[in-house]
Order: sequence, then structure tokens, then C-alpha cells
Amino acid sequence: MPVQEPISSINDFVVRFANVNGSGSASANEMFARSILRHGVPVSPRNVFPSNIQGLPTWYEVRVTEDGHLGARGGGVDMMVAMNPQTWDKDVASIEPGGYLFYDSTKPMPTSKFRDDITVIGVPLTAITNSTYTDPRQRQLFKNIIYLGAVCALLDMDPKLVEQLIGEQYKGKEKLLSSNIHALHLGRDWALQNLKCPIGLQVKKADKVGDRIFIEGNSAAALGAVYGGATVCAWYPITPSSSLADAFGSHCKKLRHDPKTGKAKYAIVQGEDELASIGIVIGASWNGARAFTATSGPGISLMQEFIGLSYFAEIPAVIMNVQRAGPSTGMPTRTQQCDILACAYASHGDTKHVLLFPEDPAEAFEFAAQAFDLAEQLQTTIFVMLDLDIGMNHRLCRPLKWDDARQYDRGKVMTAEMLEDGRDFGRYLDVDGDGIPYRTYPGTHPTKGSFFTRGTSRDRYARYSEEGSVYADNMQRLVRKFEGAQDMVPRPLQANAAKPTKYGVLYFGSTAPAMDEAIGLLKARGHELDRMRIRAFPFHSSVASFIADHDFVYVVEQNRDAQLRSLIVNENGIDPVHLIPIRHYDGTPITARFIAGAIGAHQDQLKLTPLRKVKS
Amino acid sequence: MPGFMPGIHVFLFPGQDVDGRDKPGHDGAGIAGVVMTYIAKPKFQHPGLKKNALGFTHRDYEGKISTLCAGCGHDSITASIIEACYELSIEPHRVAKISGIGCSSKTPDYFLGNSHGFNSVHGRMPSVLTGANLANRDLIYLGVSGDGDSASIGFGQFAHSIRRGVNMTYIVENNGVYGLTKGQFSATADRGSKNKRGVMNTDNAIDLVAIALQLGASFVARSFSGDKTQLVPLIAAAIEHKGSAFIDVISPCVAFNNHAGSTKSFDYVREHNDAVNRLDVITTRDPITVEYAPGTVQVVEQHDGTRIALRKIDADYDPHDRVGAMSFLQKHAARGQIVTGLLYVDPDSEDLHSHLDTVETPLNQLGAKVLCPGSAALDKINASLR
Repeated sequence: MPVQEPISSINDFVVRFANVNGSGSASANEMFARSILRHGVPVSPRNVFPSNIQGLPTWYEVRVTEDGHLGARGGGVDMMVAMNPQTWDKDVASIEPGGYLFYDSTKPMPTSKFRDDITVIGVPLTAITNSTYTDPRQRQLFKNIIYLGAVCALLDMDPKLVEQLIGEQYKGKEKLLSSNIHALHLGRDWALQNLKCPIGLQVKKADKVGDRIFIEGNSAAALGAVYGGATVCAWYPITPSSSLADAFGSHCKKLRHDPKTGKAKYAIVQGEDELASIGIVIGASWNGARAFTATSGPGISLMQEFIGLSYFAEIPAVIMNVQRAGPSTGMPTRTQQCDILACAYASHGDTKHVLLFPEDPAEAFEFAAQAFDLAEQLQTTIFVMLDLDIGMNHRLCRPLKWDDARQYDRGKVMTAEMLEDGRDFGRYLDVDGDGIPYRTYPGTHPTKGSFFTRGTSRDRYARYSEEGSVYADNMQRLVRKFEGAQDMVPRPLQANAAKPTKYGVLYFGSTAPAMDEAIGLLKARGHELDRMRIRAFPFHSSVASFIADHDFVYVVEQNRDAQLRSLIVNENGIDPVHLIPIRHYDGTPITARFIAGAIGAHQDQLKLTPLRKVKS
Repeated sequence: MPGFMPGIHVFLFPGQDVDGRDKPGHDGAGIAGVVMTYIAKPKFQHPGLKKNALGFTHRDYEGKISTLCAGCGHDSITASIIEACYELSIEPHRVAKISGIGCSSKTPDYFLGNSHGFNSVHGRMPSVLTGANLANRDLIYLGVSGDGDSASIGFGQFAHSIRRGVNMTYIVENNGVYGLTKGQFSATADRGSKNKRGVMNTDNAIDLVAIALQLGASFVARSFSGDKTQLVPLIAAAIEHKGSAFIDVISPCVAFNNHAGSTKSFDYVREHNDAVNRLDVITTRDPITVEYAPGTVQVVEQHDGTRIALRKIDADYDPHDRVGAMSFLQKHAARGQIVTGLLYVDPDSEDLHSHLDTVETPLNQLGAKVLCPGSAALDKINASLR
């Protein structure tokens, strides 16, 4: 049998850590990722974790990518750090031929447990750990740092950069700092003395990170809520959105306490369920505070009635939906973009809702902040459509920016002065032609401006009415209002191929990094495509133009039923034959390989057979 | 029995005055169909009407004409709310009225016409009220609900709003049926009671007062729509109370549950009412002019300085003993008695805002200057993420 050549790659490979959930490995693995960033080499890490707590497997996959491809790579892994006996067979099987297996060699393993087309690297981690530490918890924690040290040696990483990180993490805690440094070197020194270092996979210093930051999407969205002026957050725990509400709490602790009194300039309530959470949000918004909730698919289902109330009674609300695989409980720890239709058309009756599709934490920050302006300008619910991939992984993205001159746009609010001046106030009266009426906050004026808010139909002055013409007039105004939103929400971003082409691709959200990489792969195969990243619904007119400018447009999305495609067809009256669905929905993040493979196959077919073009 | 309105229940609206804000013909007809909402209510106020400390008359606390059935208990509760707000000299527009869905939930339109009202979603008044309260701690929050709204679909929200100690006056207008949807039993209907068609309820009843006590409500009362003398001071005291104030008001439904076999009819309630005390609410302005026989009155001072004078009817009843109250209720319920009065009060209660330690300024008045950390803070955050 020919000997498999070991993989040789500088700054372009995938390392996966297989650990037992709750073993303290997350901290060490994250430190690995961050230290590579300190080398100036971009990384894209992803957690894969079970729907349970301690005792089940968890994986942390780090794509080291000097070229800055932040999507998941796909295929096998180049190096597996196998620390979980339970998943050993699966982990070893996932290594690319020529790859590397790193494991704890303290206990001997039968040769049948290995492969002969990979490089097996054993380090007696347990033995090293136990000879140095006696406390069981210490043993568990420091074993992780010891393997980190060994991996650093194997990949030729600069230990000083790792030490710097440890120093920052344990600043002020001298004892922990020195013991971590010690553990790091225990592993590193053993590897240098006993193994062939470095291996074919290496990290070399580069200058490809720039001033980018490394942040989790949920944390960025929560920070956007802080900057956007949210004062009330009501939420119910659900994976993968709980960390967004938690992050809001942490950010507020640091940024939103009165410097003199120490009191909170915000209120966070964990509701008894999602209905209470959205009810609290709506009550707070009705009363003039900026409020939001964070949830996932099952929560959206529960909130339908209140969302309809928000639409019809025209009350602002911001819902951050960190999507996961459904339906029902689905796969709580797997990513998907499968709530598009449920959110766009939430609630019974004729409704349409604004959706924002951020691609990464930087946009999550911006769109979350903007959502509060939009909610109050449009007096309705705004969905910020995140997903597990963006929300619960660290992503390298551009630094967050804020213009200090920026004011909050509270929308049309009639004040006591305006009422005193004799301004005609009708809660559902269209004054400017844009379909957006004025509202008043409770408690504004002793004798003017009060009205009854309810989900029943009423006239322009909020007087109860069941008259058909009054209802229809109101419904038409709501449509007018919604159409006007297309110029207020984030525009789509278009990038054209170097040469003119008849083919285009539409995509959104967390598909973005894989799409960017896929365009390059497709180009190498001879397929040129224009691309447009949709960033919001209602769709800007440029989406319809983009489709009209091409013979066929691929719509890439991470759900089974091509929901965005359906929404485009439905809303823009497009003949479906022009939109080719490319769907990935197994719960793993979409990859460039998949996109390029699927589109490439279609493109090859299109080139082979002359098609009769269907004109609609 | 002491303290009851004798004879037939009287519709308590002043004459035939109607409100100019009303509009003709809509709001649906009540079952009786004799409501004259097509007559606009004139804004004229008789110069002889009494004024309160703010110079307002009763009329300033009214709302639209009720479209409920003539004789509905809920309209009496509305009148009591109006009276209580008038006596407390509250600024009408500083009250936020929030309700769920049902006949009772329609009533906020019939009082405090200058306040913002929110007829929300069935069973979800408490969450909306909680959110509104969080946004502006300075307004007064009146949550009006029914037994369908609070004991069935909204049972969870009723419970959790009380657990949290939201500063509110939560009134359940309790008639044992779903009036708006034509008379189905509600969860507060007693086991063994019969509906209009003679069908017996076989489910056990929920006693919202007992549950409010268990959940830690700091002000718990029960009353009867037909006993304005008892009800008005209870509402006033609840409004002044800081924390979750819950009042269960039995309010007979003349259309669907006022017949023999009902345990929530006018006749039944009058025959089984067991009032344990009577209240006078003393605001700090009024000197105490009423003479009380020694040993019969307990004065409870609330944290904002208002005082409640409790005139004991039952010498053994202690409204500061939560566990005692729960036992008392159980014993009397077993004998078929409806215990009314101020059943429990904790004058030192706290509310959700104190638990959350929010700033004194209402959150809805905070602007970008104090809420937005600014670009310098963001640069620091960016630096920490590299």
C-alpha cells in the first residue's frame, strides 16, 4: 500500500478538538484560536455541542485561514485532537488522509484503533498532569492547557503569544497565571523533547487580521441593543438565544448603571414563557420605552398572537430570532435559516413583518441598534434574524462603530406641546401619506391625546368600528406603511463578476462567508456569477431588478423549503422558473464546497443542453 | 348582615348624561339592547358638583357610556373605580388602564376617559401591564380582568405578575362565566353550581384570592359589586399600595349567571357574604374626623404616608397574618361562605422596580445621552476583543 503523504500546509488547515462537555476545554480551545489571531492569521472557529450539559461530547472546529475564508470548510479535518474516548471511532474516521491524530497516550491503545494513512501523535497527558497536580478539578483543567502547549509546539506557534493571552486572561490573579504558564510549558516541552516538531501543519506569522475583532454574534447583537437605547428586555431561556439576553445583562452591568447612585437604567425580566416575554415588550413599547426579546423558532410560534397585535394596533417591538433547526424542538443546537416565512407572515389574518438579515456580528450590532429606530418609526415588530452559526460562535469581523452625533429616531410621537397647540390627533390618521400615524405615550396630557389601544378594528381616531370601509381603509394604510419600509431597511449589496454574465445568486445571513469563498471556486471552474446579498424584507426594488437582469438566479439558503425563494416569488410576482433553489439544511453550517458543487452542477447542465427559455 | 346594599341592585351612573367623545351606533348592543349609546354624552358639568383636591368632579373620572347589559355588576365596579380615583384626587391621565379580553376587559373604556387604555389579548393583561410599568414607574396601573381571563387562559400570567410584585391594582371582575361568548362556565364557577340551562359544573373551582395569598401578593381583598361602601375604599387602598394589590370582585352576570343554582348571583352572594372588616382610606391631607369606638379600629400606615383604618367586623380576623388568612378562607369556603374585605395587607411591601433597583427617572424618559455608552467605550470594547 502506498504510504500516504502527510498533509503539508501553512496557515490553511482545519483542527478539530473533541472534548467531553463540561471538562473546561472550551477555555483552552478558545485560547488556541485567539493565539493564532495574535499571529496575524485569521481563524474561524465553530462549536458543535449537544443539547445537554455535562457528560456529552462537544467539538470545537478551528479553520485556520490566511486567505480569510470564514465559512466552514467542509470535508474532513486535517488535525484531530481526540480527547473524548466516547467519540473516538467517529473522530478518527473524520480525519483527512494524510492528516494528524493527537491523543492522550497514557493508556495503550490497540493498533486497530488507528489508521495507517494518518500520522498518529501520542502525548501521555494524564501521566504528565497527574505527576504535577493532585486536586481532581485542577487535573481536569490543567490537562487542557498541557495539550494546548503540546499542540503549540507541533504547529510551530510562538509560545510568547499564548503566554500573553494567558497573562491578559488572568491579570491580577498571579497564582492562576503562573500555574497556567507552567502547564503550557509542561506540554510544550514534552512535545519538543519527544516528538518531531513541527508537523506538516504550521502557523506562521502574517498580517492578515488587521484591526478586526473577535466576537460572538449574540454578544454583538446585545451590545447593539444597548447602543440602540433598549431599556426593557423580557426573555425566556431557549437555545441558542439565551446567551443574547445574558450578554445584554452583562453589557448593561458595565455600561448602564447610574454613576452616582449605581441604579439600573434598564430592566431585564425573565418571563414565565415567551408569551409573557413578548407581552412585556409590547407593554413597555406602548408606554414609550425601547424593548426587545430574544428567542428562537419555538418561541416565535408561541408569540404569534402578540405579533399580530403589534401589527394591527401598531405598537413597536424588536424580536431577535436566533434561528435553529426546527420544526418543533427540532435540533436545538444546530443552525438553520428556517423561520423566514413564519416571521414574515407571523400571526393569523393579513400581516407582513419587517425582517433584518445580518451576516456577521458586526452587522448584528448595527442591525440590532437600527431595529429600535425602525420599530418606532414604523410602529411595528422588527425581526432581527440571526441564527446559531452567527449567534453562538466567535467570528472575526470589522470593529464596531458608533457615530456620537447619532440621535435616536423615536418616530412620530405627539407631545403635550403639540397637543396644546391644537394639532389634530388621530391615532390611526395618516398625516404625511406614508401610512405612519402619530402616537402618544400614556400620561402625556391631562385632557388631550388619550385613546384606547386594542386589537379590534377602529377608525382613524381610534374609535371602535366594525364598518367595512373603515377596516379596509386601515388595512390599505398598513400595506402603504409596509411598502415604504423598503427604503428604510438595509439595502441589498451587489457584487458583480468580472465579466458580464446571465447568471446570478441571491443569499443572506450566515451564508455570506461561504458564498464569498464559493464565488472564487466557481470562477476557477469557469462559472461567473453576479451576486446579491439580501439584508432585509420588504425587498428593495433592486432585488426584482437583479432577477430581471439575469436568465437564472440561484437562491442559496439553509432550510428545506426554499423559504426566501418563496417569499420573493410571492411578494414580487416572479415566475419561479427563474429562481433555482440551492438548499442546505442538515444543521451544519453551509460550506463553499457545497455551494460551488451545487451551483456548478447546475451550471454544467445548463451549458450542456440548450434550453428552451421559458418566458413568463 | 352588616354593610350590604339592600334591595335590587341600582345602576349607579348619574342620570342620562352622555359623553361627547362617544360616537353613535357602534360598540355592539348588550343582551338587553337598551343602551342609549347613540346619544352623545354632553360635556356640560353641573356647577353644583362636588370637587376634589385637584378641582376635578366625578365627571372628570368618567369614560364612555357602557355597552354592557343593564344591571351588569361590572358597571358598579366601574362606578366604584371612578369614585375611588375621585376621592384620592388622582390626576386621571396619570393612570394607565390595561385589560385582557372579555366583558370586564371592555370596562376601561367606561372610566377615566382621559387616560390611555389597552384592551390587549385574552389572558395576557398582566404581562402587558408589567411591561408598561417597567417603562414608566410613575404612572398608576389598573389591571382589569375577568375570571376567564385570569383563571383560565391567563392563570399563569396572573400568578407570575403577583410573584414578581408588580406595582399594580389587579381587579378581577368575577362572575363565574364567560359573558362575552354567551355563558360558558369559567374556572371560578363553584363545583355543583348550575348554568342557565341547568347543566352542573363538575370541576373544582379556582379561588384566586387563596392563590394570590399563596403567591405572596402584598394586598389581597375580595368584595362584591353590589357593596360599594366596601369596594370603593378597597380600590382606593389598593391604588395607594406599593406592590401587587389583588381584588377579587364578585360581579353577577345578569345575562348568564344570576339564576337559582348559581353561586355568583346577587341573591346568593348577599346570603353568603361574610365581611371580616370595613375600610376607611385616610389620605395625609384629611384630618381624622370619624369617631371610632376603642378596640374596633386598626390603623395601618402605608409606606407613602396614607393610612387605612380597618374597622373589624370579625374580631378574630387578622389581615397581617397570611397563613391565618389562608386557613380562614378555607374554613369558611367549606361552609359555603364568601369571605370579603381586606384579607391581607403588608404595608412594608416592595415592588418589582425596587427588586430591579431601577433609576428613579422613568425608563421611558431616558434619552440617548444617558443610555448610549458612546464611541469611546466602543473603542475600548473593540480593543478588548483583539
